[in-house]
Amino acid sequence: MSDQTSRDDKVKRALANIPYAAELGIQPILMGQELTLVLPYSPGIIGNPMLKALHGGAVGAFLETCAIVQLGIAGEGEELALPKPIGINIDYLRRGRPQDTYARAVIGRSGSRVANVRVKAWQDSLQTPISILHGNFLIAKATSKK
Amino acid sequence: MNEDKLKRLWDLAPMFVEGTPHAKFLGFKFVAIDIGRATLSLPYDERLIGNAQTKVLHGGVLTALLDQASGLAAVSSFDNTMPVATLDLRIDYMRAATPGKTIIAEAHAYKTTTHIAFVRAVAHEGDVDDPVASSQASFMTTSSGRKTFGTPLERTKAIKDLPPATDSKGGRS
Repeated sequence: MSDQTSRDDKVKRALANIPYAAELGIQPILMGQELTLVLPYSPGIIGNPMLKALHGGAVGAFLETCAIVQLGIAGEGEELALPKPIGINIDYLRRGRPQDTYARAVIGRSGSRVANVRVKAWQDSLQTPISILHGNFLIAKATSKK
Repeated sequence: MNEDKLKRLWDLAPMFVEGTPHAKFLGFKFVAIDIGRATLSLPYDERLIGNAQTKVLHGGVLTALLDQASGLAAVSSFDNTMPVATLDLRIDYMRAATPGKTIIAEAHAYKTTTHIAFVRAVAHEGDVDDPVASSQASFMTTSSGRKTFGTPLERTKAIKDLPPATDSKGGRS
């Protein structure tokens, strides 16, 4: 398997292991080794119908999923391990409008037990994020799957 | 005077849960409200699992529940029950939620200024001393003020007028 297809496969397996991500309709986009997740707009993720604003909880869950998948696929090889959140901080910078939202995660440090991650969610441009998460995650033991 | 406000809050609060599409999507239930306090619950649902192996609820589901309960506590803490937007939210996940169990979220707006409410909340499964998660958040009143609340009728209409989903494979409406 090439690096690209194995990475692609790993992302798909990670998302398939998260039923709630499927429920939200979260899709991956891989550009080379760079992962971006998409949260497609649907009326079910609206928090304030009068403002047509996305729910902070839906955006939060999306950011957290992005961190988990990014960490889950980080290891070399085939094994997949989904980390558990320990503590997360979310800043809400702009109102989420009723359109698709994107997220990308950057791993600050990944130790043997804990990893620190930052995730940005945006709609129009990476320069105008709607929300930013930073948090610590407990590294799970790898469950090897062939 | 407080009695009037409480009565208004009890009338208004269920609409905040029922009239919030994402709260409905996740199955949040309104439990109780007081000035600066709110309690919601979330029955276990397999759609909301975060790890297919362990069947534990997704952390993001708890984020949404704590955000909703905290927002409601914030709304009820302002003199004129103003609508709010979340500024920031910190969550500590103390342990995995037990598969099959209902989660209860209790929120308390312990300090409210003219435009900002500071809220603590805890999510548990019936024993508040054995929490699943706890949170600290701040909320700001929305600048567009009162009209962003809407009456139940206006909210129902607004929900009907929401644009359709962008992706047929996406979350259901």
